Amino acid sequence: MTTTEPRDAIEQVSSKFGITPEDYMLPARTEIHMLDINGKLHPSGQQGAEPGHEYPLPSPKALVDAYEQLVIGRRVNDQNSALVRQGRMAVYPSSHGQEACQVAAALCLGENDWMFPTYRDTVAVMAKGVAPMEVMAGFRGDWHSGYDPKQYKVSIQSTPLTTQLLHAVGVAHAAKLRGEDTVVLAMCGDGATSEGDFHEALNFAAVFNLPVIFFVQNNQYAISVPLSQQSVAPSLAHKAVGYGMAGERVDGNDLVALLAVLGRAVRLAREGNGPLLVEAHTYRMQAHTNADDATRYREDSEVQGWIDKDPVTRMRTYLADAGLLPQDTEARITAHAEAVATALRDGMNSENVPDPADLFAHVYSTPTTQMAEQAAMLADELAREEDAK
Amino acid sequence: MSPTATTSSAANGNVSAATAAAAARTADAGTQPVTFAKALNSALADAMALEDSVLVFGEDVGVLGGVFRITDGLTKRFGTGRCFDTPLAESGIVGMAIGMAMNGMRPVIEMQFDAFAYPAFEQIASHVAKMHNRTKGRMPLPMVIRIPYAGGIGGVEHHCDSSESYYAHTPGLKVFTPATVRDAYLMLREAIDSPDPVIFMEPKKLYWTKEQVDLEALRLSHETDAVPPTEGRAAVARSGTDATLIAYGPSVSTAMAAAEAAALEGRSLEVIDVRTIVPLDDATICESVRKTGRAVVIAEAPGFASVSSEIVARIQERCFHSLAAPVLRVTGFDTPYPAPKLEKYYLPSVDRILDAVDALQWEEGA
Repeated sequence: MTTTEPRDAIEQVSSKFGITPEDYMLPARTEIHMLDINGKLHPSGQQGAEPGHEYPLPSPKALVDAYEQLVIGRRVNDQNSALVRQGRMAVYPSSHGQEACQVAAALCLGENDWMFPTYRDTVAVMAKGVAPMEVMAGFRGDWHSGYDPKQYKVSIQSTPLTTQLLHAVGVAHAAKLRGEDTVVLAMCGDGATSEGDFHEALNFAAVFNLPVIFFVQNNQYAISVPLSQQSVAPSLAHKAVGYGMAGERVDGNDLVALLAVLGRAVRLAREGNGPLLVEAHTYRMQAHTNADDATRYREDSEVQGWIDKDPVTRMRTYLADAGLLPQDTEARITAHAEAVATALRDGMNSENVPDPADLFAHVYSTPTTQMAEQAAMLADELAREEDAK
Repeated sequence: MSPTATTSSAANGNVSAATAAAAARTADAGTQPVTFAKALNSALADAMALEDSVLVFGEDVGVLGGVFRITDGLTKRFGTGRCFDTPLAESGIVGMAIGMAMNGMRPVIEMQFDAFAYPAFEQIASHVAKMHNRTKGRMPLPMVIRIPYAGGIGGVEHHCDSSESYYAHTPGLKVFTPATVRDAYLMLREAIDSPDPVIFMEPKKLYWTKEQVDLEALRLSHETDAVPPTEGRAAVARSGTDATLIAYGPSVSTAMAAAEAAALEGRSLEVIDVRTIVPLDDATICESVRKTGRAVVIAEAPGFASVSSEIVARIQERCFHSLAAPVLRVTGFDTPYPAPKLEKYYLPSVDRILDAVDALQWEEGA
């Protein structure tokens, strides 16, 4: 096995930027912005003014493609929330307000790269290419998960917080041992950074110098508990330095900055420079899920303040002002988003009755004797029910 | 913390029973005295030699070869990419193994001691056990979690737990526990080959016991499928006619010693070695109990809500009309595992097993 020792990796990459290892690992003094809240591009030089933290503007095509996914993401969130309200879906944790993070997480990855999402990252999962109705199987209550993780290189949407970060580390480790070019992006929220597995995953990734991007969407709340009760660190990105990896924080409602920062992080990881931690500062505009009541723990005025920072509006304004969004392009994007929403509605309206025999079929590669006995018992019950009709 | 190597098993006669069994075997050509630990070590080495995707990692498993030396020499032979130390974090070890199994590897990981596996419980119960089912078999997790377990070595607290019930209670996990040197080799090879995740529980008091075994012959017989699988197949460790002793892992040698002692008193006891707790071989257990009409289940773990209570329940459900007496148990007490000087009172002993056998209503039932 040929590996760069973690310590050497940090020395090498920081010298490329002409900065000390400490300055490489510490996030920039302020989070990286590229668009202001009015959708105006910051003058270059303000986009990360410090050496080693400069980020070039992504190409116009990359920005328009990302905007298309952003519009689709917003439409998916709103459509799914509506389906929950109509009682056609059991639950949907919406990423409304966080769509820029969702889209950038998917678009920064290449074909051989893996994503490890959470339950709130449905839009990112779809943006990485998973068929929408396969994603929705879990939320409509058909099964715990509906897509093939290997086919899409997207793991199941994890419910237990940060457990998936360690799986991401393992996928990256296996790929590295075989000499494969694979970067892994592992997602979690601000509350999850309090979990022990967050610590273990970052530490393992750094010690084994693995190409993993830990992408924290800091949306300010873990259900009802604000960030101030999770951590008093200067920022979540600062935690990186404790593991010997680089951290960066970015405006999570600024799609341009997210594409730039995550894009560079993936490139650095791919080049063998070890893992990175990226914290995106965003806001969960809706309640935790439909079962939650956000008015019990936060003021409307706080939510209103974030409407001004809406990622979709900002991106649209910027692209329109830059002449990158002619009418036909915008019409095509809107139609695409509407088609995805229609497919979701139609899919949810179609009746899908799960097979009770599946209860026993997948627990092991081959059902045990005991499973077979229980399956037979249930089949017999169902047969008698059928006869009684 | 390392266990003290002093053995306090005089109370239950386990080591002497195993030694006696080994001595009783005829020495075939190619056989030699092999320890349980060496058999496990050879199983790992043979599996790694056969298949590049088999990886070993954990705490102190690299240069040191593990605190029990089960991974001795693997780093030297296969390199640091195949057998390596991790940071000291059990959830991390199991979680990383899950990711490796998701991406084409067959990790065989070591939890240093039974109670040190508890930080990994969430990864085991929520992911190792459920990934196959959750993905309808699209994401199998072929991985082995080796756990040295149980007592009888005079170990300090957190080094002697019998934790098998936690795993056996979790659908999706297979739970293997060998009781002989031969099975140690074959069952570990089988666990590594399994498409399902296996919790491989190694009775640590057996590590230093020896049997006459031909490891090369075992390797060949495993790799040519010349031996029947052990998964879901209990072994009749000793044939008998009057009552059945059902045991697994560390308790098998105690049951064998009890059967030996009972034979001197003219009572013929059959001993069943469960071998794989999950999947459990109801058929072999029930066949024996129907034949003898009496049974005692023996386990080191506290009896309450345990593997031993499950076995009793299953016998009762399936063999009620063949029973001449209630099925009894000899288990650890429902207390935390005791300090070294008290473990002889806690562990199932030959005398306690014989007392239980005596209580199987011989007068009424005959």
